[in-house]
Amino acid sequence: MLRMLIRRLFLGAVTVAIVSLIIFSGVELLPGDACTAFLEREAKGKLLENCREAQGLNRPAIERYVEWAASAVQGDLGVSANGQKSISELVGDRLKNSLLLAACSLALGVPLSIFLGVVTGLWRDRPIDLTLSTLAIFAMTIPEFVSATVLILLFSIWLGWLPGIVLTPAHAPLSEFFPEILLPVLVLTMVMTAHILRMVRSSVIEVMAGDYVQMATLKGVPHWRIVFRHALPNALLPAINVVALTIAWLLGGVVVIEVVFNYPGLGRMMIDSISDRDLPVVQAIALIVATVYVGVNLSADLLTMIANPRLRTMHMRRK
Amino acid sequence: MSIVSFLDKNKHFNRIILVLRDVMSRPSGAIGLTLVAAHLVLALISPLIVPYDYKAMNSALMLSGPDSAHWLGTDHVGRDVFTRVLLGGREALLVTGVATPIAVIWGGLVGIFFGLVGGRIDEVMMRVVDAFLSLPWILKMLVLIVTFGTGIEVLIPTLAFFYGIPVIRIARAATHDVVARDFVSAARARGHGRMSIIRRELLPNVLDTLMVEGAMRWSWMLLAFSSLSFLGFGVSPPTPDWGLMIADARGFMSFAPWGVLGPVIALSSLIIGINLTADALAKALGIDRAQKAPI
Repeated sequence: MLRMLIRRLFLGAVTVAIVSLIIFSGVELLPGDACTAFLEREAKGKLLENCREAQGLNRPAIERYVEWAASAVQGDLGVSANGQKSISELVGDRLKNSLLLAACSLALGVPLSIFLGVVTGLWRDRPIDLTLSTLAIFAMTIPEFVSATVLILLFSIWLGWLPGIVLTPAHAPLSEFFPEILLPVLVLTMVMTAHILRMVRSSVIEVMAGDYVQMATLKGVPHWRIVFRHALPNALLPAINVVALTIAWLLGGVVVIEVVFNYPGLGRMMIDSISDRDLPVVQAIALIVATVYVGVNLSADLLTMIANPRLRTMHMRRK
Repeated sequence: MSIVSFLDKNKHFNRIILVLRDVMSRPSGAIGLTLVAAHLVLALISPLIVPYDYKAMNSALMLSGPDSAHWLGTDHVGRDVFTRVLLGGREALLVTGVATPIAVIWGGLVGIFFGLVGGRIDEVMMRVVDAFLSLPWILKMLVLIVTFGTGIEVLIPTLAFFYGIPVIRIARAATHDVVARDFVSAARARGHGRMSIIRRELLPNVLDTLMVEGAMRWSWMLLAFSSLSFLGFGVSPPTPDWGLMIADARGFMSFAPWGVLGPVIALSSLIIGINLTADALAKALGIDRAQKAPI
């Protein structure tokens, strides 16, 4: 178990290291650098040389990579190209806001989707399952900006119940984001509920068809007891991984939603810094998001392993 | 299963017909395929049937409501919305229609190869794939698009490259299931080379998974493409595109909602159509789609 844990941690660290290499060399290969972006494209000659000198951009790439990676490990993400501000500070507020958005959506979406997934799985092919499963396909396939637009039209323009746009500035205290945050949370919840529901449903169906459930039924165990004691603990295990992917998605992939609702999170900062060609900030955000992705997935795998004795001992049996 | 026994006698063509029939016999497949086919036909013939010029502006008719002359009203510069909705999927279907097969083919072949080879190289490759997957798609795409421009010649290779990477993983996993089976060992014992095993033993068995994967990739690619247009990084105006139209019309949504509804319905129906088809295809081929992680 301990060896397994160390191995997984090591592999996760290797993945993050590869990501950092990809990010660094990707930015390196692109035409232009922080100085050409800062001084505009047509900057040439002495001015450009001086800027590169000041930023240390004329040193070999490997040297700069090592320095960048080493300070990133210590939490120092460098300075942005245009504002000369510390990136850690800039990103901090945005990360906090993205976490708030993610936390609200998860708090609403995870219990709802697991409940609905179990319901659709247990009542497979009945009207309730058909209705919810069809709705889930709609919710997960329609582009986020489309469902967001429709919900704004419905809830804030026609019904006037909720504000359709976030006007709170990035550094405001978290409580000020209510009720503006509700509509983006609703859209995110819709999408994630659809994904988790489908996963839980198929897993419940698979488990309920298992031999031990049949055995329990034949032995005369009451149905509710089979569902809650025998089936659900096994059926919900795969949900851990989908929830992990959802968390990673919420913290890195909700760019479109943040743009639609003008929400000051990490995603919008990503778009803005790419448009401004603020490459140090792009690098920093990419590294943060990738690390979160790897970390969350790793935790999910370990959690699944702890919760499932069969997986825990599998590698021992093989030897 | 009847499909399998049929396959032994009559090769590919009959199987395609059988699978198609199976897909069409399911409600999701019938609706989905009809939607997709309708969109494809419309994309082909729409330039011949549109009532107006898509870029003809009319300052007298800005944001006017639906009537008999303009079925879906006009947009903020007086262009006919119905015309633009009819034409709005052409670019998206062209780009994703070319990029999807490329992505599935290169990702599939690489995945099968590493699934067969295994060992150290495979381990390292999977870390690289993981690393690519851990970066948000929009960041990867935008960095390239902002640098190299938003034309088709940039979008197609970019989409094909990045959407092929998750296919590597799927193809590799599917290959792993097959490699352990006896007929692959038999082929090895007969002295077949790697390429021959890939072509004759692995590819036919992984093809089903790749087809379903292709259908799903297609819908995700469309999503990505229209999201990029929506954000202003895709198709450049005045080319009609649904994502771009929704972005433009959103500002006037409170008093001219018809500008949004047309492209919303068009885009949603295409993506839902593809997904329903993918669902039915997965069921027809016996692959549980929901068990796959949504990457």
